[in-house]
Amino acid sequence: MGLYQEIGGEPAVNAAVDLFYRKVLKDDRIKRFFDGVDMDKQAAKQKAFLTMAFGGPHNYTGKDMRKAHEPLVKKGLNDSHFDAVMEHLGATLTELKVPAPLIAQAAAIAESTRNDVLCR
Amino acid sequence: MPKIVYGGRSFESGTASVLDTLTSHEISIPSSCRSGLCQACLMRAVKGRVPARAQLGLKPTLVSTHHFLACSCIPEEYMQIALPDDAMHTLFATVTRLERLNRNVLGIWLRPPESFDYVAGQFIRVYKDETTSRPYSLASVPSLDDELELHVRKVPGGQVSGWLFDELRAGDTVKISEAMGNCIYVPGQPEQSLLLIGTGSGLAPLICIAREALSKGHSGPIGIYHGSRNRGELYLVEQMRAMAKKHSNLIYVPCVSEGDALPDCASGMAPDVALAEHPDLSHWKVFLCGNADMVKSAKQKAFLAGASMRDIHADPF
Repeated sequence: MGLYQEIGGEPAVNAAVDLFYRKVLKDDRIKRFFDGVDMDKQAAKQKAFLTMAFGGPHNYTGKDMRKAHEPLVKKGLNDSHFDAVMEHLGATLTELKVPAPLIAQAAAIAESTRNDVLCR
Repeated sequence: MPKIVYGGRSFESGTASVLDTLTSHEISIPSSCRSGLCQACLMRAVKGRVPARAQLGLKPTLVSTHHFLACSCIPEEYMQIALPDDAMHTLFATVTRLERLNRNVLGIWLRPPESFDYVAGQFIRVYKDETTSRPYSLASVPSLDDELELHVRKVPGGQVSGWLFDELRAGDTVKISEAMGNCIYVPGQPEQSLLLIGTGSGLAPLICIAREALSKGHSGPIGIYHGSRNRGELYLVEQMRAMAKKHSNLIYVPCVSEGDALPDCASGMAPDVALAEHPDLSHWKVFLCGNADMVKSAKQKAFLAGASMRDIHADPF
């Protein structure tokens, strides 16, 4: 069984997306990057991100990641902000009582996007 | 092979998605993940059945108003499609009554043709001429009212509102669009608490959603918070109070944000008053209608107060 099925598939993503997005918006370190965005569109993007981190189906490429985050990098997005998001991903999954080995797998997938997200 | 019609052009879809079909004809539709997740490629079916797969993950309000994701939609039959807020059809309605609801808000009642169909909470566009139109929310409820009711706020220098205020007369015929929008009440959770927040003529969709919910037997609490800068800009206050008196699960709180406190109104911006009274919105459904900046900030406040993004519906204007 793949990670996506083990974590619980789409229902798990749905359960995670509100928790995760709320943590991100409450975080003074990173919330400014979300100023003025359309929240419905952003929630859908968070869902796409979590689906990818959970090993689920997606068509994102490294190029898509770069293009999407380029304006944020210009606003100063760096490793510390990426670390903050990783923290919230872990905390969300812990809150949902996902077993630690699965959290580690999801974190590794998210971590693999770091260089693309930070455009380097 | 099923045909799709978009923007007046017709396409054979074959086994490709709507997004791929349109893109291959060099029609640009917003899109991103192409996996049915990011919802960037949201479209609306004006005619034809939407395959269930193209609606996976959408809010129930979007599903019941025939929205779908272009990247996941492989048409099974003829479909006429549009971007979410693009009006496709126009029709003519007769003005039956006009009434000033206050100095700046005009109530307009229209008799639409029989073919006109809408869901409580949707809006229509009203056309002054071929190229000039504005969206107005409907205050009427299809199962309760024969006529359409609009609340038009007079915008200083506004082309359409100025024309409606100064020139429209009972008996006139006006061109309107089909109903659009997804800030609607979907039955199924009659015990859920509903928070309805609006400013200015945003009262129209709130009245409509509340009446629709009550007529469908909604038993959970319904709170309506209607805000204006001053007392004179509120309207239908007595009618709203009477409605709240009639239904024990309905409360109505008029809010005034400027000037001295008034005995019969709450002081402050409507979202702030509502959130102070209901700090925990977990499991609530929230409707936000009115000024775009108010809607934007209230959406974030409601979400941070615990409402799920799936349960927050907005109609900014």
